Amino acid sequence: MGLATQHKKLEKNINLLAIFSFIAVSIGGIVEIAPLFWIDNTIEEVEGMRPYTPLEQAGRNIYVREGCYACHSQMIRPFRDEVERYGHYSLAAESMYDHPFQWGSKRTGPDLARVGGRYSDEWHVQHLEDPQSVVPESIMPKYSFLGETPLNTDNAFDMLVALRRVGVPYSDRDIGEAMADMILQADPDSGGDVEDFQQRYPKAQVRDFDGDPSKLTEMDALVAYLQMLGTLVDVDSAAAQERLAEEKGR
Amino acid sequence: MANKRIDEPTGTEFVGHEWDGIEELDTPMPRWWLWSLYATIVWGVIYVILYPAWPLVNKATEGVLGWSSRGELAEEMSVVDQARATVREELARIPIERLPENSELFGQAVAGGRSAFQVHCSQCHGSGAAGSQTLGYPNLNDDDWLWGGDLKAIEYTLVNGIRAPGVDDTRMSVMPPFEGAFDSDQLTAVTNHVLSLSGKATSTASGAQLYQDNCSVCHGPSGEGNRELGAPRLNDAIWLYGSSPEQLRTQILNPKMGRMPHWSGRLDPVTIKMLSAYVWSLGGGEEFVEVAEDPAVEVDEEP
Repeated sequence: MGLATQHKKLEKNINLLAIFSFIAVSIGGIVEIAPLFWIDNTIEEVEGMRPYTPLEQAGRNIYVREGCYACHSQMIRPFRDEVERYGHYSLAAESMYDHPFQWGSKRTGPDLARVGGRYSDEWHVQHLEDPQSVVPESIMPKYSFLGETPLNTDNAFDMLVALRRVGVPYSDRDIGEAMADMILQADPDSGGDVEDFQQRYPKAQVRDFDGDPSKLTEMDALVAYLQMLGTLVDVDSAAAQERLAEEKGR
Repeated sequence: MANKRIDEPTGTEFVGHEWDGIEELDTPMPRWWLWSLYATIVWGVIYVILYPAWPLVNKATEGVLGWSSRGELAEEMSVVDQARATVREELARIPIERLPENSELFGQAVAGGRSAFQVHCSQCHGSGAAGSQTLGYPNLNDDDWLWGGDLKAIEYTLVNGIRAPGVDDTRMSVMPPFEGAFDSDQLTAVTNHVLSLSGKATSTASGAQLYQDNCSVCHGPSGEGNRELGAPRLNDAIWLYGSSPEQLRTQILNPKMGRMPHWSGRLDPVTIKMLSAYVWSLGGGEEFVEVAEDPAVEVDEEP
């Protein structure tokens, strides 16, 4: 009875009610917001992660623009059915340079977290132009216009600057060379220094991606992005496997 | 409370306030509801103790069971692996060309290969492995093989891919584009000669000569092909990119050359063996001949 009487005071005093409401809301806010301040601590330490190359990042922007995430996730969950189909489950570290991440939640199409290297470039181009020609039961729309749309390289510099502001560790050199890098990755014969590029972006694949070396299209960028997905971290090494399985509290 | 009156019909207490003669009854919450609430609270406490729950600075509390989703997966996978271990060990041990001798093991390999094919191969080769002529993905059901159709050759192709970028031992060959090499009469003549090899047209002396000079090095004098180079056989009814004169001309002038990714890093050797067995079993599998047609390929093979 005592507690109920106390509560009546709260109900009848507007100032007291305001103060206690604020306290209750603050607790909810802190629980949601506070973890963001030490979110970096929750990312596994892995070897091999690097920021996206300008071309891959441009492809990523097209991926976001076309809403690919509405049907494709990039998050292999630690379940047997997913691991056997798509490969090793995704690590938090593998999306550490994603702004915004593309984990997704709707899985109309297959998960793409480890699609890189799984198909040839030609297959990707063919599939994006006319998905039903290679997967008859697919309901994916056609994206043939990507192969005809020239890639906008002017914003390469701004793109990397913006990403650096939100924490992606691009060097001044990376940013200065952004546009040249973007062109070089899809055209190794353009005269740039491929070795230097691959030193700054290890495991970056350098070649013409869309089957038409004469021009740089949005298809080049998107295929370059798809072909690198999930290829950076060597998740299947025995040591990594063991460490991950034993990790507690995740 | 001063005012503890009981409502006669229901036997419930009044709350105690009254507006315009309307009063409120202090009906207690249903028992089942109250106990459910208490049960969920107890369950919540137990859960927090047993499982990871509270996010802390570096990670969440671990829970006394030490459960993690990744650990659970590892356990589940190891159970499955153990169930498959015998078959996989046997498969790993047996040289692939000896596999058909053990019909039970071969059957298991084909079954495993079939599911792996649906996941990894059907996107190009089709779920029935019929490929696509318009797109140039080879049909795997027939006995026409570009790079060899015995178990060892199929396995080699799977491991190293075809024209796979960055793979040293990949199957590699390039057909030169003949754009500009022939005038239109010559092109018609050579096209007709190629078609004549399978009886689809009549050849001329000039066509035969052009074929001899330009094509026979790889495709063979009578169009029998060359598996060492992946040069398709031209004197049969099976066509990778189509058999119309128009399609042939396109292929001569600007050859399409298919690519297949290499699977060595992505699939384990046993799965690759299973896939080889499945593809081999589709209908066109050839017997392995000890003296291989292509010694160079044999040298590259791992024992």
